[in-house]
Amino acid sequence: MKLFPKPLWTVIVILLLVAVPVLLSSYYTSLVTLTLIYALLAMSIDILAGFAGRTPLCHGAIFGGATYAVMFYVTTAGGNPWLGVALGIATALALSLVFALLAVRTSGVYFLLLTLALGMIVWGVCQRWTSITGGENGLRGNVRPEALADPVRFYFFVLVISLTAAMLMWRFVRSPMGLALKGIRESETRMRSLGYNTTQHLILGFLFSGLMAGVSGVLYAFFNSFVSPSTVALAQSVKGLLMVIVGGVGTLFGGVVGAAVIVLLENVASSFTERWSMVLGALFVLTMIFAPEGIVGKARALLQKRGTD
Amino acid sequence: MSLTLFQIFNSLTFAALLFLVASGFTLIFGLMRIVNLAHGAMYLVGGYIAYVVTTYSGSFLFGIVAAALGVALLGLVEQSLLRFVKGAELRQVLLTLGLSLMLNDAVLVLFGGDTFSVPLPDVLRGPFEFFGMSYPRFRLFVLGVGILVYIFLVILMTRTRLGALIRAGVDDAETVEAMGINIRKVFVITFMLGMALAGLAGALGGAFLSLYPTADAEILVFSLAVVIIGGRGSLPGAAVGSLTVAFLSTFGQVWFPELAYFVIFGPMALLLAFRPNGLFGRAN
Repeated sequence: MKLFPKPLWTVIVILLLVAVPVLLSSYYTSLVTLTLIYALLAMSIDILAGFAGRTPLCHGAIFGGATYAVMFYVTTAGGNPWLGVALGIATALALSLVFALLAVRTSGVYFLLLTLALGMIVWGVCQRWTSITGGENGLRGNVRPEALADPVRFYFFVLVISLTAAMLMWRFVRSPMGLALKGIRESETRMRSLGYNTTQHLILGFLFSGLMAGVSGVLYAFFNSFVSPSTVALAQSVKGLLMVIVGGVGTLFGGVVGAAVIVLLENVASSFTERWSMVLGALFVLTMIFAPEGIVGKARALLQKRGTD
Repeated sequence: MSLTLFQIFNSLTFAALLFLVASGFTLIFGLMRIVNLAHGAMYLVGGYIAYVVTTYSGSFLFGIVAAALGVALLGLVEQSLLRFVKGAELRQVLLTLGLSLMLNDAVLVLFGGDTFSVPLPDVLRGPFEFFGMSYPRFRLFVLGVGILVYIFLVILMTRTRLGALIRAGVDDAETVEAMGINIRKVFVITFMLGMALAGLAGALGGAFLSLYPTADAEILVFSLAVVIIGGRGSLPGAAVGSLTVAFLSTFGQVWFPELAYFVIFGPMALLLAFRPNGLFGRAN
């Protein structure tokens, strides 16, 4: 059983990632940690957008829902962080189940719209339900377990989790289940007439994607020690989706490249200007006009063109 | 005046405002298959334009007109950007999403995070007394505008040549074009009309609900809910959807103050389970 594609490249990438804390300063190590967390979110979005052909705009809410659950349970309720992890993942799964049941009957723009509305309801609730969520002020506090307090140790924890999750996702999209989702992307009616229960497949695919988004949200709670409505806001889903588009929709691991590009860009842009949201929006508009196949895909196409000239 | 009656009036006036926003949204969605996610941001921009113009000129009427015109012009810019991604639904939606982030950030730069309210003329200030009740005049004014716009749009759609072209374009744009009609011009006019409505709504909403940086997202969710409930491209659908959403959110706020947002979610979910195309929507 292959666990990863292209074993040689995988080994090189893993070795480089392992060497990060040695090679880079603690500041850049924390950026790589954040990139890994976002890469998980991006890949979870790509399962739906790239493989099931349903572009979701609710993953920020699932991700942030998990973050809120951990933050609330550990800071406000004073619970154990590891139990908080379970609670965060359960929250993500519960949200995904509700979203999936409502949204899988639709496709295309309707799916996008509906998931957008659902995600924004979560945002609205987080904003207004001040007794639980702290409203605009959010929730603050160190929720990381004692054992992970050291940043390098935390980095390796995130690395192991995200490698495992990436492997699971790769296995998932190549499994009969993942292939059925691809079939649904190509033609739902044909899959149905072949005897597949397409609704059930889509719900399960959505749940798996939501589970992965939840894992990344939990890690984000550990990383950030703070959550506010902007964590569940539309901009978060947009950011995740942009990572997928930049890396190439339907490539799964493209999401890692996309996450690296966006996290780095956000960091660089933030040191020059406070207008990150403007940059993100402009990036979206420009990508849609000039490189809808993603920056990685565009670069590859340009290189190939040069090669044949 | 009894509290329930007061809430009913609040719902009706809020529905009128929602209708102004959602009717433009649903027109553009119905005719051009474009989900304009920048609609909420356009509403907010309209509100700020009205605030600035009204404050400097002293005339609320000027403010409203400037908001509608200004946002219609912005719509023209958006339309020309959208031409680059013609025919690709998902790319269009994502482009409008990017645009909404940019517009939202732009108004944040210009106006900061403070809350503004469009100043009202004396005629529209204070309560209005009728049948022994008193109710804020401005809210009744918004209700009146909502009803007038509804009548105007229905007449436009059913009694004029432009309306006939728009309806024909909804059903089959290619055939309309093959009959020698410049459908692109119809598209541009519809888009600008929809944007002008968003600007008008922003001007009224800016006095009604006040303006702050996240107001665009809130109004966008409401209008999405309206269109999901009412069905794409349908004016009666937008009206019924606005009433549903307004009543639910107003009474939701009274009964469950912290979860009011959640209350619009229930009927939306129920409706989708039984009528995925909305109340007045048609299947593709």
